[in-house]
Amino acid sequence: MATAPQIGAGATTVLRLDKITKRFGPLLANDAISFALGAGEVVALLGENGAGKTTLMNILFGHYLADDGVVEAFGRALPPGDPRATLAAGIGMVHQHFTLADNLSVLDNIALGTQPLFSARFDAAKARTRIAELSRSFGLEVDPQARVADLTVGEKQRVEILKALYRDARILILDEPTAVLSPLETDSLFQTLEKLVEQGLSIIFISHKLGEVMRISNRVLVLRGGRLVGERQTASATREELAELMIGGTLTGPGKHSVQQGAVALDLRAIHTRASGDKRALEGVDLQLRAGEIFGIAGVSGNGQASLAALISGMIAQDGGDLIIAGESPRGWSPREALRQGIGRIPEDRHHEGTLGDMSVAENVISERYGEQPYSRWGVIDWRAAVNFAKKLIGEYDVKCPSPAARIRLLSGGNMQKLILGRVLDGRPRIVLANQPTRGLDVGAVAYVHSRLLKACEEGAAILLISEDLDEVLALADRIGVMSKGRLSEPFRRGEKSLAEIGALMAGHGFAEGEGAHAH
Amino acid sequence: MRIEPVDAVSWRATLGYPALAILATLAFAGVLVMLAGANPFAVFGLVLKGAFGSQFAFLETLTRATPLIFTGLAVAVAFRAKLWNIGAEAQLYIGGVVTVVLGTGALPWAGFALKPAIIVAVMMAGALVLLVPTLLKSRFGVDEVVTTLLLNFIVLLFVSMLLEGVLKNPMGMGWPQSRRVIEAASLPKILQGKRLHYGFVLALVAAISVWFVMARTTLGYEMRAVGHNPQAARFAGIRVNLVLVKTALLSGGLAALAGFSEVAGLKGNLSLDLSPGYGYTGIVVAMLAMLHPLGVIAAAIFVAGIFVGADSMSRAARVPSYIADVTVATALLTMVAAILLTRYRIRWR
Repeated sequence: MATAPQIGAGATTVLRLDKITKRFGPLLANDAISFALGAGEVVALLGENGAGKTTLMNILFGHYLADDGVVEAFGRALPPGDPRATLAAGIGMVHQHFTLADNLSVLDNIALGTQPLFSARFDAAKARTRIAELSRSFGLEVDPQARVADLTVGEKQRVEILKALYRDARILILDEPTAVLSPLETDSLFQTLEKLVEQGLSIIFISHKLGEVMRISNRVLVLRGGRLVGERQTASATREELAELMIGGTLTGPGKHSVQQGAVALDLRAIHTRASGDKRALEGVDLQLRAGEIFGIAGVSGNGQASLAALISGMIAQDGGDLIIAGESPRGWSPREALRQGIGRIPEDRHHEGTLGDMSVAENVISERYGEQPYSRWGVIDWRAAVNFAKKLIGEYDVKCPSPAARIRLLSGGNMQKLILGRVLDGRPRIVLANQPTRGLDVGAVAYVHSRLLKACEEGAAILLISEDLDEVLALADRIGVMSKGRLSEPFRRGEKSLAEIGALMAGHGFAEGEGAHAH
Repeated sequence: MRIEPVDAVSWRATLGYPALAILATLAFAGVLVMLAGANPFAVFGLVLKGAFGSQFAFLETLTRATPLIFTGLAVAVAFRAKLWNIGAEAQLYIGGVVTVVLGTGALPWAGFALKPAIIVAVMMAGALVLLVPTLLKSRFGVDEVVTTLLLNFIVLLFVSMLLEGVLKNPMGMGWPQSRRVIEAASLPKILQGKRLHYGFVLALVAAISVWFVMARTTLGYEMRAVGHNPQAARFAGIRVNLVLVKTALLSGGLAALAGFSEVAGLKGNLSLDLSPGYGYTGIVVAMLAMLHPLGVIAAAIFVAGIFVGADSMSRAARVPSYIADVTVATALLTMVAAILLTRYRIRWR
């Protein structure tokens, strides 16, 4: 599939952005950005994190006021700072983080906001017919009566798109729509987008994934540092060219290592955990992680990765099965014990687990070792040692940071992640748990994190990489397991399985029939 | 309207907003004074004179500040770790009870041995009073605001029972008060013939010690980490519940010292009017000090000054001394707003 429809060129302009400029203090987030969108065209907005994509869309949508510039839809200027006017003009947005009410039905979610606030009647039958019509014609199947909380991520996204179409959107903006989807769901999304374009809708597709951009768009706009640095017809562009535009230089891919794999460092046998909060239960996970290897865990998020990471971090203990480190089962499993066993943990959530936001950089880098020399002696902290350690990490890991005394909250995601990486790897851990280590980072920071993980692996650490980004797993891992519904597939070597086979595993097919199979 | 955190807290905001808060408080108090039919400037002058205008006034203010420093420190320590100790009043009274149990002749020791022994016992007793709600919080998730607050009334009734019973002074002409502490257990006066006693020095030492603990020790680091983000603290290997227990021991112990200091330094015996709400006022003091242990000294002297000054003012200007309560309460509210404004900014659209 996936030959992008070639309608765009020469069609009537539906949306025009003229010299949009936005400053946040000293930061120029958007620098006189102008572009036009044609009817039936798919324009990809490509750029690293912080390139200004989201700011631009927030201006277009009326959430921010531009310092300068005009937005024109269907030939008429949009009043700035008025999201209602934007919606009324036929522009719909599907956010990366869904804006649905979980406890309401699909129907209510879609109709929400289209009714006058104090209307006595709501013609549900009419709304249902309309939704059914839209679902059918665009391949957006979803049960209008279902509670949104019970839907899968892919279905929720369909509801978001339906919501926009229900309001007669003619222009659809999708912000990183594939970040949460499995390969199969991505395919189905792209089919829907093609149908929308056939009906003459225009689409702005925001992404940093080159493959998808190449596949779906007619035209690519590249943003970097708040400026529009390039515009290409997709058909005549190459991936390398776009990547270079995006990061402003060439990038070397991770140099793959070749190390002798050592002994089993971490051995999980028939691990079961209970579900808690938003963490799915583990139902019999077996995993042997060896020194000197990177074991990648692929899978759509919410299939048990969070529980697995919490277990290895020490945040939870298993309810069944054995966790064995270097041949022994540790007693009293806790984060402290995990650290003592030489497990370095890069958490998924930098803000809630990885850092103490309102404390300083120096206070944060010693958070796992404040009780040891040289950082403290007889319970008294040597702040000079802490500051020196912070300075060392800032230098070695290329962190952009005003000073060790700065609150860590003020650092960008990439710099925060580099500090966490430094804190973890400086202790030369035997086992490294890297949970979504590059989520939300720009391409430069991603490459840096990858190179550091590879280096640690070459030095003999056993690395468990959990990532929703299949490309990342395929690029780094020696062996791969796929998680689905709380279970882990038989591991396979990189290159042993095709993308289609991996995709099937991610969708939950091909697991050995076992006790976990009955889980819905 | 939206409230968003500012990137960098500026020095100008850190000093400016609290100054503005004090001004707003004075303006509000001034309006109330005018409603009471007096000239606000004259009244403020009288308050200032009554609090700091003479050696007697100043010493009286410091005497009044002494228990507030202890309870302010107790609250500041607990609030840093987000342990909401509203029960300093109860811990204070328990401190008083232990002081009279050990200090009225039960231990016939010399002063240099007796006083430290009483201090240790007092702190342990106060710690125990806060330990119970803390364990209920960490074990069963019981809200410590409710338990510590309600314990105040339970403990006060318990003390009342003791004073009508086993601790009642047989020579007290029927009043519900204990026997007087012996010479060896008392804190001497700093100046001959004045009320200011060595409890004040003890309070200063406590403040400096707490500052050192909070800023320079691993325990202080753990307490701040738990207060800022318990999830991240746990992830980093900090035993959150253990830290809360240690915090409770320290906080409860400090509050109990207020009771010891009042009984052994000022009152000489235990009665039910030992504290006119020093435990609660400690919350105001800690908040005014922005939870900084050394700031607690200044905040306690400020609050004590308002009360002492208002007492003397009301005698001269016939404005009710309740104006002091209103002023202190207003200062708390404006200061909380000032703290918010230094860290956040308000966007009106």
